[in-house]
Amino acid sequence: MVSYQYIPKKIGKIQFALLSPDEIRKMSATKIITADTYDDDGFPIDMGLMDPRLGVIEPGLKCKTCGKKVDECPGHFGHIDLAMPVIHEGYTKMIKELLSATCRVCGKMKLPLDRIQYYQDKLKEIGSIALNPFYFQSLSTQIRNEAMSVSQCPYPDCGEMSKNITLDKPTTFREEGHKLTPKEIRERLERVPDDHLPFLGLNPEVSRPEWMILTSLPVPPVTVRPSITLESGDRSEDDLTHKMVDVLRINQRLQENRDSGAPQLIVEDLWELLQYHVTTYFDNQTSGIPPARHRSGRPLKTLAQRLKGKEGRFRSNLSGKRVNFSARTVISPDPYISINEVGVPMPIAMELTVPIRVNEFNFDLAKEFVMKGPEVHPGANYVIRPDGQRLRITDRNKETLVEKIQVGYVVERHLMDGDIVLFNRQPSLHRMSMMAHEARIMDGKTFRLNLPDCPPYNADFDGDEMNLHCLQGEEARAEAKIIMRVQEHILSPRFGGPVIGAIHDHISGNFLLTHKNPMFSKEEAYHLLSRTSFRGNLPEPDSVDENGIEYWGGKTVFSMILPPGLHLQYGSAVYSGPEDPPEDDTWLRIDTDKNGVSFLRSGPIDEKSIGAFKGKLLEKIVRDHGSDIGRQFLDDATRIGISAITLMGFSTGIDEEDIPEEAKLRISETLDEAEAKVDDYVNKFNSGYLEPLPGRNLKETLEVEAMRTLGRARDTAGQISSKYLGLKNSAVIMARSGARGSMLNLSQMSGSIGQQAVRGERIHRGYQKRTLPHFKPDDLGAAAKGFVKSCYKKGLNPTEYFFHSMGGREGLVDTAVRTSRSGYMQRRLINALEDLKVHPDRTVRNTSGVIVQFRYGEDGIDPARSVRSDPVDYEDIINMAMREVQ
Amino acid sequence: MPRFNVMENYLVPRHSILPKEEVDALLSRYHVDLSQLPKILMVDPCVKALGAVPGEVIKIERESPTAGLSYYYRMVVEERSMV
Repeated sequence: MVSYQYIPKKIGKIQFALLSPDEIRKMSATKIITADTYDDDGFPIDMGLMDPRLGVIEPGLKCKTCGKKVDECPGHFGHIDLAMPVIHEGYTKMIKELLSATCRVCGKMKLPLDRIQYYQDKLKEIGSIALNPFYFQSLSTQIRNEAMSVSQCPYPDCGEMSKNITLDKPTTFREEGHKLTPKEIRERLERVPDDHLPFLGLNPEVSRPEWMILTSLPVPPVTVRPSITLESGDRSEDDLTHKMVDVLRINQRLQENRDSGAPQLIVEDLWELLQYHVTTYFDNQTSGIPPARHRSGRPLKTLAQRLKGKEGRFRSNLSGKRVNFSARTVISPDPYISINEVGVPMPIAMELTVPIRVNEFNFDLAKEFVMKGPEVHPGANYVIRPDGQRLRITDRNKETLVEKIQVGYVVERHLMDGDIVLFNRQPSLHRMSMMAHEARIMDGKTFRLNLPDCPPYNADFDGDEMNLHCLQGEEARAEAKIIMRVQEHILSPRFGGPVIGAIHDHISGNFLLTHKNPMFSKEEAYHLLSRTSFRGNLPEPDSVDENGIEYWGGKTVFSMILPPGLHLQYGSAVYSGPEDPPEDDTWLRIDTDKNGVSFLRSGPIDEKSIGAFKGKLLEKIVRDHGSDIGRQFLDDATRIGISAITLMGFSTGIDEEDIPEEAKLRISETLDEAEAKVDDYVNKFNSGYLEPLPGRNLKETLEVEAMRTLGRARDTAGQISSKYLGLKNSAVIMARSGARGSMLNLSQMSGSIGQQAVRGERIHRGYQKRTLPHFKPDDLGAAAKGFVKSCYKKGLNPTEYFFHSMGGREGLVDTAVRTSRSGYMQRRLINALEDLKVHPDRTVRNTSGVIVQFRYGEDGIDPARSVRSDPVDYEDIINMAMREVQ
Repeated sequence: MPRFNVMENYLVPRHSILPKEEVDALLSRYHVDLSQLPKILMVDPCVKALGAVPGEVIKIERESPTAGLSYYYRMVVEERSMV
């Protein structure tokens, strides 16, 4: 092995140069002299902006310059000879440096001969700029600064004192207040000798500095600025053409006025106007001048705007391309498809195609697809002949096409069940934002997505749309199936746990099924398992009642979907500590009997077992048994959960937050006490008796104490109310099992909402010395500073409502700001890291084979295969060894 | 004035100059030439303390909770450069 890197060709060098006026004229197909485009008959005017020698845009015509047709002729430049020179907006900075570093009379660099010699030797030493651009850059800056700081021309035959040059943005140069015309500047730049130019990074063979002042302007080919014909028959010209028209008009007027000897003032005005038009032709967002506008008021899109930014040529058309064989529609949930699948609506399936190469084995099958045509589902849309010709299948020509098909043809058949497709939701923030699914063709018009797939895509069904891409090659399909399939992404590389897992009702359902082990009749037990992959018979019943009817516990039913050989124990989501009595059934234990069958012995199945991000049981199964069994288990667990929740019934309503009158009384007492305590602090503060906390002043101390007191009061109120909210309460089941919501949400509904904050402090902004006119000035009490005593159920009074909205608004603003900021951070990271990859020897290298890390992550650990933050599950290994010893 | 030696700080991993023979072994182990190693500037405090010259390779022994000791090699360069 020589190297991992095979570099077929290396770029030797890139040279940037200035276009000289001569070169502009040489490459020009025609001089443009008139601002008109077409004559009354619609024919382009000769030497106008749409001169036929500039290229062809209308099909059927031939180019007058090269004789080629549309799409073959690349277009040809023209040119405008400017009546007076103007400055190129992009080179103003360099022009200023050149003017300041050279003598205003003799044009030499303001450096004595020996310094020039010294720097020339230095430049020779590094050879070419390309060899060490960083070094060249620093040397060049040094020379420039040295020359610019010299105030008198060091050459004895000149000795001219230099004057201070300033740049009035964007294109006006002044020499100690006196305005320099582009003509004067050009003359000065012409005087700079060739051998002084390399110091400023200019190669005199290809770039003379005076070329930065334009005397002729290239006119881009018409192919660059095509005019479009509207439905009404009117022609609409490109923005660039409009700009060129402006330049030509003013140029013409300037020339006429100058030639007829018009007053200097008028000529100068026109000259400046010409400068404005040329400047905006290059960049219409030049700072310091108003952007040129279209008649409608829309700013023109000129050269720089075509290239720059997100919608510019680079980011929009070169780095990002649109693709065929893709579809987009709204997503909706389907809990009864596998997590590996995606439901594809029939109209999409009949538009997306998979190419199949006809061979002797699939010959008949291929014919069958073509025979069905484009309008019957598993049909075909196109036949591709071996010579590459695409033939569209229609109902009328399908019979003849079928006859033509031979080995070697390609048939583009409709998307079918089981085809591998890529599914994606933007923003694609991590690799799980684009995963491979198996298509499942369905009625309707939406993509169907199983619910455990929502967390990795961050999808919900409030109108989200997603994209689907149909793979076109065998290698692509194989690769997608092996590395991009949903089941391969259950464990996330972000934290080594599952990102795909049960959510919402799946968790409530499994909790209902397993907590405190409810009993089910034979019919019910089989019904629960009917949607799962379980096939077989239930074990011995857990109990038999006096009538001889057999019953199975929920834990037994759940155990049927467990893969064999599991040993696990941990506190479930509802577990609240070691002192928790076992009769609460919150400690989860899964054992394996001597036959190797796993069994859920105690504890409920909840978020900690099967949930996305937290599910330990799911994580263990995927890790130990592989992604196939892991996927199967997740599909089964979610279905059994839904069966359980529908069988047992589950609903919640506002009365779930009802608490007895006495509890309400106790809560309001607690809150009153806290308010009184805050008032106490305020009084102490006002009378100067408040003891400051270490490191804080009095005001801060008051705030800290008030926040703490009120925070504690909210918690106490929550505790009081939650005493009346037990595990019989549906809302509590959801909150405690981790299905949805939190106990804080519940206590805010039934107890008290608590202190509202903006920027982490009690609300203090609003009117002078008070938050709202409802309070006295300088009121520092609880209510005046945003403490909300009410609960959501009771409702908020007007001031409380206002404070609550203030806190809520801050949250919204924060999310908006955060997304844009983190988006840019992400973009910079992606650009920096995009071409790093892990090589077969486990080094991380960039595209030129330079090592970045000697082992991936310096420890060679794949975070997706590590256990949370550890490379190996030590505890599990010890437990396994212990079991073996026993 | 006694100079401050960064190498004695507990946060600075162990730096040493890799002997010539070991450099060759390293390069053949990773199938790279010298220029494909990560770089370290000559003005880096550790390089200055070691007195290494451009073209030499610095071996860095880093401790990590997951990898134990991990080794990193950086070639001393005069200044920033492309490639």
